[in-house]
Amino acid sequence: MTKDHLFQDARIVRILIERLQAAALRLPRRITLMEVCGTHTHAIGAAGLRRLLPEEIRLVSGPGCPVCVTPVGYLDHAEALAADPDTVLCTFGDLYRVPSSRSSLEAAAAAGARVRIVYAADDALEFAREHPGLRVVFLAIGFETTAPTIAAALAKAEDAGIPNFQILPGNKRVAPALAALATDPAARLDGFLLPGHVSVITGSRCYAFLSEQHRLPAVVAGFTAADILRAVLALVEMVAAGRPALLNLYGRVVTEQGNRIAQELIERFFEPADAVWRGLGNIPGSGLALRAPWTGRNAAASPVELPPPSEPPGCRCGEVLAGRMDPPECPLFARACTPDSPVGACMVSSEGSCAAWYRHERRAR
Amino acid sequence: MCLAIPMKLIARQGSSGVVELEGVRRSISLALMPEARTGDHLLIHAGYAIGAVDEKEAAETIRLLQEMAEAEQRDGPPGPEPQDGGGRARRPPERNQA
Repeated sequence: MTKDHLFQDARIVRILIERLQAAALRLPRRITLMEVCGTHTHAIGAAGLRRLLPEEIRLVSGPGCPVCVTPVGYLDHAEALAADPDTVLCTFGDLYRVPSSRSSLEAAAAAGARVRIVYAADDALEFAREHPGLRVVFLAIGFETTAPTIAAALAKAEDAGIPNFQILPGNKRVAPALAALATDPAARLDGFLLPGHVSVITGSRCYAFLSEQHRLPAVVAGFTAADILRAVLALVEMVAAGRPALLNLYGRVVTEQGNRIAQELIERFFEPADAVWRGLGNIPGSGLALRAPWTGRNAAASPVELPPPSEPPGCRCGEVLAGRMDPPECPLFARACTPDSPVGACMVSSEGSCAAWYRHERRAR
Repeated sequence: MCLAIPMKLIARQGSSGVVELEGVRRSISLALMPEARTGDHLLIHAGYAIGAVDEKEAAETIRLLQEMAEAEQRDGPPGPEPQDGGGRARRPPERNQA
């Protein structure tokens, strides 16, 4: 056994589960803990952690999947841009199959729109460099982990003088969404597992308000079974003791202040703005808008006509994302809505709650 | 989407570098981690190094986990292991054994 394998070791998992069982006996009631990171959602499902937890601990997935929280109007806007034959959309693959009000990027591409799937914003920039006669629009979604890579691509576009590279701004900030959830009476949360890789950029300190203002414990967690269980254990102990605090249990990559260079790059191109999240609605300061000097890079700068945004009928993604409902409670789950034929965004992305439940927890129930 | 993979920086030139994991090599940008050095384990996301693995902190976490496993080996698990040879890696969790 190499040392790294300790993080997934069945013995360690069992020890941590036993400690959790002991700690759960000290809980005053059944509690709800929320993770807000698609990679956590996926890791919890893949390791089968949810069904190992004592019944006093409900672990829910919040709005941690950037594709899932992107409102339908954003996709409508992207499709409208793609109607121009000289425009090429470049997108992360996760967004490709998400239903829009009338269609999806995939269906639009099948009907002749120019949509390319890329791995990184830099790939879109490279495509723009190679095709100066085309307008290349990168669909800028993602949290603070991804935002600096997009800012870096914008900086490169400026330095190299590539005028035909634009973005459709849609990046989001996690902390304002946590603030909204912390005060949402319907969510009734008792603590947060904080997203490890978002925190690499933001640092851990910016989440101190959760315990200081809202009396909610919060733990920055890594992505192995041991990481996640240690974080859940720390949360349970803090709830049981009535002593909420902010802990960083992912210190091997997360610091208090985060990646300053990445933060400065975000700051150079973007400013906080109100943004709509699927399921949570408008959250003040939770989006990233391009600053005024970079209007030329904003594909949304000129108005386009959009259909009124409409979510797929019956889809409960919004309630799932807000932690108010587990995926199997949706009447479409595993019936009308499956990964092969998804109705809602949470079933499309492999990091979506519904996809993770379908894949890992359906047979177990 | 926030998936990030730790990979070892094996070469760097200006603001780009080459990282490796289990024989797989990739070119990445070091624009967000300009101080990275060859040999560092970097966290790679969407073509960029976004952070570095702090080896001391990683060793500390591994030490904690090792201690946890050793303490159990020394004191024995709280209940008997299944002897059915059925290949079950873990016992189903039992309650009230604290």
